[in-house]
Amino acid sequence: MSMKVKTRQVDGVTILDLSGRITLGEGSITLRDAVRDVLAKGSNKILLNLGDISYIDSSGIGELVSAFTTVKNSGGELKLLNLTKKVHDLLQITKLYTVFDVKDDEATAVSAFTK
Amino acid sequence: MSFTLDSSLASVNKVEQTAEDYAERAGFDEDTVPNIAMAVREAAVNAVLHGNAYDPEKHITASFETTAEALIIRIGDQGSGLDPDTIPDPLAPENILRGSGRGIFLIRAFMDEVNFRQLHPGTELTLIKHRTPAQPGT
Repeated sequence: MSMKVKTRQVDGVTILDLSGRITLGEGSITLRDAVRDVLAKGSNKILLNLGDISYIDSSGIGELVSAFTTVKNSGGELKLLNLTKKVHDLLQITKLYTVFDVKDDEATAVSAFTK
Repeated sequence: MSFTLDSSLASVNKVEQTAEDYAERAGFDEDTVPNIAMAVREAAVNAVLHGNAYDPEKHITASFETTAEALIIRIGDQGSGLDPDTIPDPLAPENILRGSGRGIFLIRAFMDEVNFRQLHPGTELTLIKHRTPAQPGT
């Protein structure tokens, strides 16, 4: 199953609800394009909801890191929401868990963005 | 079982699925099976992307063997060769925000043994996961 993205706005934060697989090829490219689209529209507060991501490989992890640095370099913030156990474990193994700001509650995540 | 496959993402998916099937039949638990499948996927991605660079003239090979002691998977490519000693540490502070370079690290994290063999041309990775005596599969 390829990755799907739904975009919504909550209190000035763009939430990308991702589902499926973030892997080399389509999934990674879809995520890259989605983040670029948000930035191009002038929003730089992005919350990636990974609750329905069933699988991520090293390319997908790399794409999350690239999204994080791209948004940060644009003066914005990118946070992660609702990690599955698998994604959580992968971010722990790769020591990226402390790089990202990870939340497990949407309201808390939205309020954590700089106003 | 062994395959010779095109340098494509479809081949990566086939190798990953086969690894998952072998790991399940070998009796690995529900946490270990996806880790083995991911390690094999990463090896196949390396072969297709970094080894053969999607060259339609080049192929990857994949073989799967279950012994009483271990699941043994070999992935080969026809690229310019990979020296494991030159792979940057993705956990180093200067590399932690890189957008790539975590594949071999994850393979090593999830398998018990990872061996590199130069094929001239190409590289073959042997991935080994030891079975425990309690595992009933064959």
